[in-house]
Amino acid sequence: MKKILLILSLLCLPFLAGGCGSDDRAELTVYNWGDYMDPEVIAQFEEEFNCRVNYETFTSNEDMYVKVKNSSDTYDVLVPSDYMIERLISEDMLRPITKDNIPNLANIDASAQDLAFDPGNQYSVPYFYGVLGIVYNTAQVTEPVDSWNLLWNDKYASKILMYDSIRDSMGASLKRLGFSMNETSEANINAARDALIAQKPLVMAYVTDNVKSLMASGDAAMAVVYSGDAAIIMSETDNLGFAVPKEGSNAFYDNFVIPKNAQNPELAEQFINFMLTPEIAARNIEYVGYSSPNTPALALLDASWSDNAGFNISKEDLARSEIFKDLPSDVMEIYNRAWTEINVSN
Amino acid sequence: MKSFKEYIAYPYGLWMLIFIAVPLLVVVWFSFLSNPDFKAGDYTFTLDNYQEFMDPVYLELLYRSFLYAVIATLICFIIAYPLGNLIVSLPGHRQNLMIVLMIIPMWVNFLLRTYAWMVLLSGSGLISQFLGLLGFQDVSLLYTQSAVILGMVYNFFPYMLLPIYTALKKIDPDLLRAATDLGANHFQMFIKIKVPLSLPGIVSGCMMVFMPAVSTFVISNLLGGGKYMLVGNLIEQQFLTLNNWNFGSAISMVLMTIIFLVLGIARLITGKELDTGGQLL
Amino acid sequence: MKKIFRNLAFGLILLFLYAPILVLIIYSFNDSKIMGPWAGFTLKWYVMLFQDRYILQALYYTLIIAVVATTVSTIVGTISAVGIYRMRSGLKRPYLLLNNIPVLVPDIVMGITLMSLFIFAGMKMGLTTIIIAHITFCIPYVILAVLPRFNRLPENIFEAALDLGATPRQAFWKVLFPEILPGVTSGALIAFTLSIDDFVISFFTAGNGVSNLSITIYSMAKAGINPKINALSTIMFGCIMILLILINIRSEKGIKHIQ
Repeated sequence: MKKILLILSLLCLPFLAGGCGSDDRAELTVYNWGDYMDPEVIAQFEEEFNCRVNYETFTSNEDMYVKVKNSSDTYDVLVPSDYMIERLISEDMLRPITKDNIPNLANIDASAQDLAFDPGNQYSVPYFYGVLGIVYNTAQVTEPVDSWNLLWNDKYASKILMYDSIRDSMGASLKRLGFSMNETSEANINAARDALIAQKPLVMAYVTDNVKSLMASGDAAMAVVYSGDAAIIMSETDNLGFAVPKEGSNAFYDNFVIPKNAQNPELAEQFINFMLTPEIAARNIEYVGYSSPNTPALALLDASWSDNAGFNISKEDLARSEIFKDLPSDVMEIYNRAWTEINVSN
Repeated sequence: MKSFKEYIAYPYGLWMLIFIAVPLLVVVWFSFLSNPDFKAGDYTFTLDNYQEFMDPVYLELLYRSFLYAVIATLICFIIAYPLGNLIVSLPGHRQNLMIVLMIIPMWVNFLLRTYAWMVLLSGSGLISQFLGLLGFQDVSLLYTQSAVILGMVYNFFPYMLLPIYTALKKIDPDLLRAATDLGANHFQMFIKIKVPLSLPGIVSGCMMVFMPAVSTFVISNLLGGGKYMLVGNLIEQQFLTLNNWNFGSAISMVLMTIIFLVLGIARLITGKELDTGGQLL
Repeated sequence: MKKIFRNLAFGLILLFLYAPILVLIIYSFNDSKIMGPWAGFTLKWYVMLFQDRYILQALYYTLIIAVVATTVSTIVGTISAVGIYRMRSGLKRPYLLLNNIPVLVPDIVMGITLMSLFIFAGMKMGLTTIIIAHITFCIPYVILAVLPRFNRLPENIFEAALDLGATPRQAFWKVLFPEILPGVTSGALIAFTLSIDDFVISFFTAGNGVSNLSITIYSMAKAGINPKINALSTIMFGCIMILLILINIRSEKGIKHIQ
């Protein structure tokens, strides 16, 4: 008898620990990139607006798309990249933004607005932007870092990190061969694929978030990274540099969007507006490290950020970088097939 | 036991139909469709997905998954069988202690065990430092094929040891004594008595290592650095990244068929059902 | 001579099995983000661990899921095992075949079949779907643990009890149940362990912010080496050791009691 009581009381523990009684606050479900928002900022939002934020993360636009498209889970806020926003708009999956509800939009620099993937910013609100580039260890790398070709240099065999994302890795390979990052010709795509297959023996790993710890520990000599990740690594570790290759690269814009089937669109707009307030945006910048189009927020930052090459992207680098376009599905099939072949090859 | 009819097992029977049979049928059905948007409904039967898999690229992938799984199984066996014999030779209570010691790591979370090897094998990790002392500069075992196989061996080793130990333990020591009396030497005893009698355990152990090894995606992801794609990774990629559920379903069906084939062969060898070692606890 | 060889073998194997865990534990106290040279003792990773709301939330969900899944599977599994024992063989074979599928089929296939079902049926992924998935893969193990116990029972033990004046209920609880109890506890233990440790099936059937410990560790591990994970490993390992010691003490008490 005593045993049964003991077992039953132990069984009750998790329920007590979790807090009994129903949570009747409003709920907001946010789906964002990993490591892309300061958790304390989220907690502050929950407090100020008396709600609960269900925060989920994804590691690639494609993963996010599959989840949002297929499951009957509803999200209130998503943070996709440019080309994915284009696709979501074309598939009528987004809810137009009511700009009156987001007065802090005024803080956003005009250069990040009204871009090709969302003319007039009808559906999206800018959050962070950046470029794809190469972060490198200045102690280990002696050549000038100015070309994608450096990633194919067998002097650095097993010390090169590539990004585990179709468009980014293919993009680097395409640019190196002189093609566009939005290439649609099958022959050219396959040429890029072959180059990546040839490169594979030199690659240490295909990474996403763990690029930071691998560069910080000095295990890797160079990595294809988003500029913001480079900024964070460089702010924490010495001997690192960041460069955008002369062939040009990819510029990306990650914006807030609200899906059509959002349960709580009003709260979603309040959330977005909150994130655009200068103090909050500044805190996010310091946590995430990516470049921000929020002008008053930039003014609040520590002086050290202006020296950070991953954070301060030059106008020239931006000018010679392309934004990804959403490619038609038959073209994406060629990319996907090429990507699988790269993954499977030795 | 008149008051206990078989009806009380019906509710679970229904559960099984809904949550085991139907999902399988759904996936089988997907594998014969070619429409990516299954909700919209263009339900034409096609063998395209299976045909697509019969491509050297994917067959190579399947071969690699098999190869790694077989190597891992072999390594586990080579370590576990002699070890099992050694443990059986221990006095009673010590046997239990030794087995428990070998099994405790199994209770540590699978992800954590794999992560542990990420730490050990990394460039600045202990093993690299140790190798550096021996003169092998700059060697990182992480993100190599060996790392993936090592991860498989480490994670699944207890599954090989347990059935083998159970089977060896059941061998009547009198049989062994009789054999020695009749003039058998150690080697003959091993080959002609121990191995045949423990064969069900050996086969069981091999299956319990092979099956998770061939279908894993975590180990190849974390320890392989995305360079050694296995069947499990391919399936995950089709379902979660490329939104190609039809193709993913076809691959899953192929994987399942192969596993059932291997299980069938195992059953033929031992002549009995697979023993998952549930009695041990 | 043979003894030395034997002890050496044991020593090496134990080293292989425990080295990674020990490394994790040691580095959980290291004052450095990377697992390199020792940089001083600290407890800060443990502090950070307990401040991480996602990990704590994952722990909470893991326990809830495991408790619910274990309870349901043990009860349903045991009852069904009784029913199976009474089943005519024409029905028994397909029934047991279906029951064996979650055991034989790789986790990833179980995961995607369940995910496909939930998506196809338009169900909202979340705590419910994970629990359904866990129950589905736990019950078979309970049945596999309990069913053999019936086969070892003397043929008409139940009827014998009834003959001796017991009511059916008494006959069940006082005669039948104690015989199958070891199987029931064993099954419950297996179910609990499987549920706590599950990754693949949970990965495919989770949603709506619900995540279990394994999924959280996976995301953290993919982001690279993080000493918070080491701290978590140490705590979990500590719990296992404490549990084992407790079980050991109890079983020794049990032995002493019999003596």
